[in-house]
Amino acid sequence: MTIAPHEFDFLGARRRLEAKPKPAVDKLTTLEDAVARIADGDHLAIGGCLYSRTPLALVWALLRRRPRGLAFSRNLMCYEAEWGLVAGALDKIVTSWMGIGLPWGLSRILREYVESGRVVFEEWSHLGLGLRYRAAAMGLPFLPSITMLGSDLMNVGGSRTITCPYTGETLHAVPALFPDVALIHVHRADRLGNCQIDGYPHMDADLARAAHTVLVTAEAIVSEDEIRQAPDRTVIPSFAVDAVVHAPLGSYPHECYGLYDSEPAHFGGYVDAIKEGGSGGVARYLDRYVYGPASHGEYLASFGSAAIEAARERAAELSR
Amino acid sequence: MSAPVSTNELLAIMGARELRDGQTVFTGVGAPMLATALAQRCHAPSLTMVVEGGIVGPQWKPGWLPISTNEIRAAYRAQMLPAITEIFLMAQRGFLDVGFIGGAQIDRHGNLNTSAIGSYDRPKVRLPGSGGANDIISLCSEVIVLTAHEPRRFVNKVDFVTSPGHLTGGDSRRRSGLLFGGVSRVVTTLGLFGFDAETRRMRLDAVHSGVTVEQVRDQTPFDLLMAQTVHTTPPPSARELAILRALDPDRQFLG
Repeated sequence: MTIAPHEFDFLGARRRLEAKPKPAVDKLTTLEDAVARIADGDHLAIGGCLYSRTPLALVWALLRRRPRGLAFSRNLMCYEAEWGLVAGALDKIVTSWMGIGLPWGLSRILREYVESGRVVFEEWSHLGLGLRYRAAAMGLPFLPSITMLGSDLMNVGGSRTITCPYTGETLHAVPALFPDVALIHVHRADRLGNCQIDGYPHMDADLARAAHTVLVTAEAIVSEDEIRQAPDRTVIPSFAVDAVVHAPLGSYPHECYGLYDSEPAHFGGYVDAIKEGGSGGVARYLDRYVYGPASHGEYLASFGSAAIEAARERAAELSR
Repeated sequence: MSAPVSTNELLAIMGARELRDGQTVFTGVGAPMLATALAQRCHAPSLTMVVEGGIVGPQWKPGWLPISTNEIRAAYRAQMLPAITEIFLMAQRGFLDVGFIGGAQIDRHGNLNTSAIGSYDRPKVRLPGSGGANDIISLCSEVIVLTAHEPRRFVNKVDFVTSPGHLTGGDSRRRSGLLFGGVSRVVTTLGLFGFDAETRRMRLDAVHSGVTVEQVRDQTPFDLLMAQTVHTTPPPSARELAILRALDPDRQFLG
């Protein structure tokens, strides 16, 4: 059993949230200031999905602080968790799947760390983890579902079943997951933290309600008027948000729906470096891309403007 | 004379034939995506595809097929982009006729392992995990598994049940609380397989043309049941191949 009681402590999470001020004030800040709110040992829920709308700018800024003892949870985990492992930041990974995608094969870093017992890897089904966030977003300790029943996944986290009080059927009582912090990248936000997302929403709206602290990066900062003109597009309310950072290309080289495509060739180079040097390949990648650049702008510049322009063109082609 | 049929082409075509017009299909990553896109264009124009990333009814752009289930390519010309949790809850509600999932370690009762080879806690090989496979197999009304037929993939009993097929056979799946669905079909590069109604053990129903029953037995390390008559599937047609190849002109996925 790897779930901890505080993860589904709905009363504690509620009291903690009640005690937190939620003023509708200017929350615009820098990447560095945003991630300074993350403490060693925190559980971080990472928004987006796989290589889509990953809050990479926040992960980038976070790892530069050399954090320790963190847990990362994410529905489909991409290489951000490999970075966290090799950086020595992660004690626990909670996900339904980890890798980049079929063409890149199994994650060698995941294999290295799990097979040698160096990290707790807690596996859920995709919906199972989605319902953990959803239960927390609803302020409840669990949600009933049919999913995962009968499988060995029930034993990994320590799932329990309940007997339906109405029908007598067996149901999976999926335990809530209240993360300490959610990292989320959105298309646009106002300075108060009202957030709008284009394209697929992934699980981000649930993450923002489940977590105690919510750090947002946005492709664009828009006026409060612009938000009020399309309030139906707002998926995260300002009172759920603690920090807003203007971070154009904040997911790059992952994709952001409608704006820029992912960079499969870059992923290929990253995986080749791991094939050659194992975790040393990741360490060198971190030196070059994460620790090395003086700013996030410098990190982006290292990809070259031609690559970024081509990624924008592919996204435009695919949004027609 | 067209080029010889590749393994991935055979799998996509045999998979596509399992889908019927009008169905709602929850399509997993890899070969099932190709097979579903082919079925849509071939014989099932009223089929609706649903993809794990939160995508309903996409019409993928030829030459721009998705690599994963949640990316811009997978959402091309979609009708709806709900949150991921909502997509799976639609399956739990009963909207998805067929779950269509790809390669894994599979056992004689159709249980799938994509988690770990060896002991779970200190595995010999840590695999990527369930993703949506467990949910698809638990929640859709019927499930078809599409996989290359290799002896290492076919085992008597999986080391870890990531995605429950018929568990230990009989009514064990139902007794675990999985009230519907189950794996009905396994489509491989060698043939088509079903499950005995009583024991829920895997049964060979058909071989692809040029494949013998002996070959299938050789490549399957557990005792297969045999249908009374093991049929032979018609080979891929020129039309199926042409439609499939037009979807992936650069052969990024067809091999």
